[in-house]
Amino acid sequence: MNNQDIKKNEPIIIAQNLTKNYNGKTVVNDLNLSVKKGEIFGLLGPNGAGKSTVILMMLGLTEPTSGSITIAGFNSTREPIKVKRITGYLPEKLGFYEDMTARQNLKYTAELNFIPQKEIDSKTNEVLQIVGLEKNKNQPVSQFSKGMKQRLGIADVLIKDPRLVILDEPTEGLDIKIANQILENISILNRQKEITFMICSHQLNLVQKICTRIGIMSKGKMIGEGRIDHIGRGLFAEGKYRIDVELSEVSKAVLNKIRNIDKVISINQNENLLEIICDEDVRPQISKVILQSNILLTRMNIRDSSLEEIYLKYFKEE
Amino acid sequence: MRGALTVYRKELADYFSSKIFLILLAVIYIVGLSFVFISIQDIKSAPTSTNQSLLIKVFIDEFIYLKLFTVGEILNFNFVSFLGIFIPLIGIMFGFNAVNSEKTSGNLSRLLSQPIYRDSLINGKFFAGTTTIAIMISSIIFVIVGIGIRAIGVPPTSEEILRIFIFIIICIVYGTFWMGLSMLFSVIMKSTIASILTAIPIWIFLVFFWGMIAKALSDVFAPTGDTSTTADILRNQTIWVNIQRVSPQYLFMEATLILINPTLQHVLLRPVSTNALNKMLFNPLSINQSLIQIWPQLVIIIAFTIIFFAISYVIFMKQEIRST
Repeated sequence: MNNQDIKKNEPIIIAQNLTKNYNGKTVVNDLNLSVKKGEIFGLLGPNGAGKSTVILMMLGLTEPTSGSITIAGFNSTREPIKVKRITGYLPEKLGFYEDMTARQNLKYTAELNFIPQKEIDSKTNEVLQIVGLEKNKNQPVSQFSKGMKQRLGIADVLIKDPRLVILDEPTEGLDIKIANQILENISILNRQKEITFMICSHQLNLVQKICTRIGIMSKGKMIGEGRIDHIGRGLFAEGKYRIDVELSEVSKAVLNKIRNIDKVISINQNENLLEIICDEDVRPQISKVILQSNILLTRMNIRDSSLEEIYLKYFKEE
Repeated sequence: MRGALTVYRKELADYFSSKIFLILLAVIYIVGLSFVFISIQDIKSAPTSTNQSLLIKVFIDEFIYLKLFTVGEILNFNFVSFLGIFIPLIGIMFGFNAVNSEKTSGNLSRLLSQPIYRDSLINGKFFAGTTTIAIMISSIIFVIVGIGIRAIGVPPTSEEILRIFIFIIICIVYGTFWMGLSMLFSVIMKSTIASILTAIPIWIFLVFFWGMIAKALSDVFAPTGDTSTTADILRNQTIWVNIQRVSPQYLFMEATLILINPTLQHVLLRPVSTNALNKMLFNPLSINQSLIQIWPQLVIIIAFTIIFFAISYVIFMKQEIRST
């Protein structure tokens, strides 16, 4: 299979200048994206940012207005079947045949993937075990809770032995414990089975912790892409760090000493709290200076503030 | 193709285990068996009966198995006219939620993310529906013929068997027509309730009211009265029949009645005197001639079935799949 050719850290998803218009409204606007094999990529953005549309274009369910998208070297628009053979997709509004049991539902998916009849049973048991539903396999799906359905959804995706799994809002509407369990599961699968994941979500706080890299979408555009700490810096402080230092007392001398540390740009004093803006992470130097000045250090942290700010700026807009 | 086969198998299993299938099957069996018992009573009593009309309807040695379907009447209804009304309902029930129920249940995007062509889904569903209709209809008709063999004691002739087979095929095509129509609604409309609430009124309109409307229209275009000539009456009749042919149920009735009644030579030729009737009775059409008579009706039903299916197919293929 072609996907075997792709080695770890080579891009498995490549989107170039992807644009999609619905009835004259631009939903996805000139989007470029690259996801490497072995990653857990979080495509994050508020509702209506165009994330789902990007996914649908990846699977060839919707045609892009312009631009192209390839998955493992297959063009999603022209070769959707090949793409779908190696890609699992967990839709946002996930549904199963309610009157069928979990096992029957999975069997149907397996058959649609042309898995040989004699392998289906063992395969079904295997994926149900992974998501922890093996006890419920003969229960009709109508009796399942939302979290169980979501787990069944992941089993359903795994049954085809995907190289890439795309999850659309996998934690939506779940309580935090179950959501974390699911994310944990994803993280383990990523490590053990070397499945590349792309997770679309508006729940930034929840999802970002398992992502190796994230992209932030807003109004159809990709506004930032990379590791979460880098993204925040890029978006808000123009590449600068911000370190908060709380001291028992603040003296002129210590302020000057800190100001003289290389790479420190400015200090903003608020009683005993200093907000230090700098080009690099200079926490060791700062602590050294403080210790030398015989002042007690109450608290010091580099602010990954970006996360909150991203959230406030882009996710709370609606 | 393999994808369609998988969908076909799953849908077929679904239909057979669905309550609606069992209910429809029960209804068609109850009604069919009631009619056949009345038919057998009539056929058995005919040789000794002094009732002229019954004698005319049942002549003993010819096409007795075909008579099983038409002789038994309850309130001017026989089994064939019951099928004309009931088969559309079967078709509608198997088609109205084919696509939109998958959409509302959230299964559609999951299915379409599997490595199958999109048309596999609609093809599989269509053929599963057709198969279910075929099994329902042929089973009741075979049961009726079986009861007939037991009750009458003579085996059916080859021509009768052939006619019954063609009759079954017409029933299936007719059912498929209605399924195609309701499947079209299931593609166009988002909610299953909307699609069934569109299909059922169309069924009621075409099956129950179209005949009356056709009568009214024909009286407007070609009024008849006490002074009318035969030509006037014939013109009125012709217009009436032609307008009625808009309704697939009428086409079905025309086709099946000619097929099942070899003595009925043309839809427009109704016996006017006993003399004419006698001539018709003993000059039944050969099966070729019957087929020539009903060919146009059959072609129209098939054509519309294909048209409806094609429209749903194209719309479904072009539909944007959205996540919400």
